[in-house]
Amino acid sequence: MPGNLLHSAQHFALGPKIIGMSWMLPDQASTYAPDVDNLYMFLVGLTVVLTVIISGAILYFFTKYRRREHSDPIPAHIEGSVILETAWSVIPFIICLFIFAWGAKIYLEQYSIPNDALDVYVVGKQWMWKFQHPEGQREINELHIPVGKKIRFVMGTEDVIHSFFIPAFRMKEDVVPGPNRYSTVWAEATMTGKFHIFCAEYCGTGHSLMDGWVTVMSDKDYEDWLAGGSGTGTMAEKGAALFTQYGCVTCHRSDAQGQCPKLEGIYGKSQDLEGGTSVVANDDYIRESILSPMAKIVKGFKPVMPSFQGQVSEEQLQQLIAYIKSIGPPEEVGAKSVAGKDTTKAHGTGMGGPPIMMTGQTPANSK
Amino acid sequence: MSSIDTLPTEANAQNDGPVLNYLNNGHGIRSWLLTKDHKRIAILYLISVSIFFTIGGIYALLIRINLLSPEGLFTPDTYNRIFTAHGVIMVFFFLVPAVPAILGNFLLPIMIGAKDLAFPKINLLSWYCYVVAAILALIAILGGGIDTGWTFYTPYSSSYSNSNVLLAGLAIFVAGFSSILTGINFIVTVHTMRAPGLTWFRLPLFIWAHYATALVIMLGTPVLAITVSLLALERVAHIGIFDPALGGDPVLFQHMFWFYSHPAVYIMVLPAMGVVSELIANMSRKSIFGYKLVAMSSLAIAVFGFVVWGHHLFVATQSVYLGIIFSFLSYAVAIPSAIKVFNWTATLYKSSISYDTPMLYGLGFIGLFVIGGMTGLFLAALGLDVHMTDTYFVIAHFHYVMVGGSLMGFLGGMHLWWGKITGRMYPEFWARAAMVIQFVGFNLTFFPQFILGYLGMPRRYATYPPEFQVLHVLSTAGATILGFGMLMTIVYFIWSLKKGQRATANPWGAAGLEWKTSSPPPTENFYTQPIVTTEVYDFEPVDKRDMFGEYGRPPQGVE
Repeated sequence: MPGNLLHSAQHFALGPKIIGMSWMLPDQASTYAPDVDNLYMFLVGLTVVLTVIISGAILYFFTKYRRREHSDPIPAHIEGSVILETAWSVIPFIICLFIFAWGAKIYLEQYSIPNDALDVYVVGKQWMWKFQHPEGQREINELHIPVGKKIRFVMGTEDVIHSFFIPAFRMKEDVVPGPNRYSTVWAEATMTGKFHIFCAEYCGTGHSLMDGWVTVMSDKDYEDWLAGGSGTGTMAEKGAALFTQYGCVTCHRSDAQGQCPKLEGIYGKSQDLEGGTSVVANDDYIRESILSPMAKIVKGFKPVMPSFQGQVSEEQLQQLIAYIKSIGPPEEVGAKSVAGKDTTKAHGTGMGGPPIMMTGQTPANSK
Repeated sequence: MSSIDTLPTEANAQNDGPVLNYLNNGHGIRSWLLTKDHKRIAILYLISVSIFFTIGGIYALLIRINLLSPEGLFTPDTYNRIFTAHGVIMVFFFLVPAVPAILGNFLLPIMIGAKDLAFPKINLLSWYCYVVAAILALIAILGGGIDTGWTFYTPYSSSYSNSNVLLAGLAIFVAGFSSILTGINFIVTVHTMRAPGLTWFRLPLFIWAHYATALVIMLGTPVLAITVSLLALERVAHIGIFDPALGGDPVLFQHMFWFYSHPAVYIMVLPAMGVVSELIANMSRKSIFGYKLVAMSSLAIAVFGFVVWGHHLFVATQSVYLGIIFSFLSYAVAIPSAIKVFNWTATLYKSSISYDTPMLYGLGFIGLFVIGGMTGLFLAALGLDVHMTDTYFVIAHFHYVMVGGSLMGFLGGMHLWWGKITGRMYPEFWARAAMVIQFVGFNLTFFPQFILGYLGMPRRYATYPPEFQVLHVLSTAGATILGFGMLMTIVYFIWSLKKGQRATANPWGAAGLEWKTSSPPPTENFYTQPIVTTEVYDFEPVDKRDMFGEYGRPPQGVE
């Protein structure tokens, strides 16, 4: 807490003194943050230009054509102009198409989940954020991630809709309750430091208290942090224990002699279902199979599995998924891969300069 | 009536106004509460909507007071109830009814040369729906409050909130019928009751805008009623529709809610655009440049407005491809709005511009609407919206459209037609001063919120990180100035009822049938049937001292 206060105080004290555009832009701390800001600055410029044109025209006409007397002559009628009206319909439309395409390009990047990302499992709960790292570390309202690595956030909620928002990353995604989906989003931090996490979807009394900090660390610091954590086993190990505890193991036997499908090697692979369809065994599907097992029945099996809705917590679900993933094939597959491509291209710094190191910089070796 | 002594003369009309008009035709509370006169119903709406606007404004100031301090001055629970009350009251009990139910009710029949709306009793019923709904909402707000935000997102509203969601839902349900009844009336009236010679393309743009609005009301509002009903079913009977714990889908609620509530944005702004067309044309004595395109753009906005709701769900786990489609369609709806702005501006070219208050509001509207509209382009851009949605950028954007647009349009219209409605003119100096104060206060309130939003300040936060405090304090200072400007307008409007100068039939030298009858008009609106032989906005020299106008002279009047 003193750290937070110090950070806030620094931010508050330094904020107005920073020259340039930092007073209107938060830290640019992810690979796609400069892309988002470039579009933003383009639109700010366009707005200024249009506002100057329109208000300039209004003020010019306002002074030039002022009515002095009630008896001033009635001005001559002007019907309109097909050429002008076509021009100011078509030109804005073309500009709009350009903005649309630009915005869509960034969006596809934000939602193309890379295949080689580190996973962080997130659970929203009134009113806190809980995080689990595959290595077993668990955190509340504090998140530690390494710089320069793609991070995939796999997010569930225990109650209402929340929204995971890190302004410095220009990243936001609603966390929606429901048995058949995780909310998934990714980011790659480009600078070390400490940045706000907010809940952006109104969730009740403590909505504004549902904030936290993400600490981006150098690789070495992150390794140290992982090593010094509250290690009580990896997520997969915890999941394996739950797999036995809930009795999953009695049916889902590894020798394929059980009443239920063998789970070894299924993660990321296509499963044939009753009715002739198939589904990829990703996080969403495994989650759905635990919470509503009747939704999709694997071909050749009977619908005998009970629902574990209400018995398994969101965090335990994520541990079970981590376990099934750990016994799956070695290569990993993203859950919500949109374009199916890996967006690993290096990003320019944008706006003609390096990312602005405005605030929140913690020394690389601090913890 | 028949005695020559009681008949109006030009002389006594100068002192007392037209002897018989809709205001003095019947006295006592019953003559008002049981009236079928569209003008009196408009007055009933004016009084009730103004009361709720004032309450909503007080809640706005409470929001700004809370945000003076990063820790918040109220408890989070109190603050959540305050911003919900502000949103519910302003959206459902001010913005939706303000222009159509007050100015539309009063002017639409007169502008088309009719004696009343097509269904006068239904018109009165719509006001009673409004009053019942408003009282229900007030009970919900004062008797414990609502803490869901005006958007009522599930499953928070259906399964978690312990506040008066059901009562508020019922209020919105009933208020919806008030809108629907007004919408039906407008559509039928415009179709069937136009004066001889008043073809569709001779209709004032005010009428086109209200016609388009009525279509949106008719098609959109029932969906709101359905959505609220399903929410109530889930809350009361635990039928799983939106709550996943009951087998429902929470995002379905968002689709249904915005299917109404995005078009509702156009219900709130289209009528104000109609008002602005009248302000610009009449105060510059020039027909709106490209009249037909402006008329058609109202219809285009009404149609496109129905296919953009998904742009509220870009980060709500909606399919990425659906997001792309909704983004594209959102840009399509921007074009008709842009056309209006360009055509209004071009209208001023070689015109004769009055510096009176209605024109100041008209021009203020254009300036603020440019910023409101342009920032809509920011939010429709998918990759940008991810960062900006649910932040103060959105708050600033829609207040530029709703306050800078709808409220400025409404106030401009109130000043243009105040003399027509009440028979008395407002004081010009004070009105200009109030307009400038409101304009400055408005910008100081909401411009800092654009910056706050991009910096990451989420909406609906009772407390916030201290680095945002400077901008919040600026915003609160602006709100105080804006509130003071609004108070000025309320005071001089009330003052003018007794002390204002008598309004003549056409004090502005404006065009349109409403200026060809007395101020205030007689109950029948006109004593002789208006016949339209000229094009729309056909300005001609006007004798400002004429008390009756071409069609407003009582038949027994002394010539």
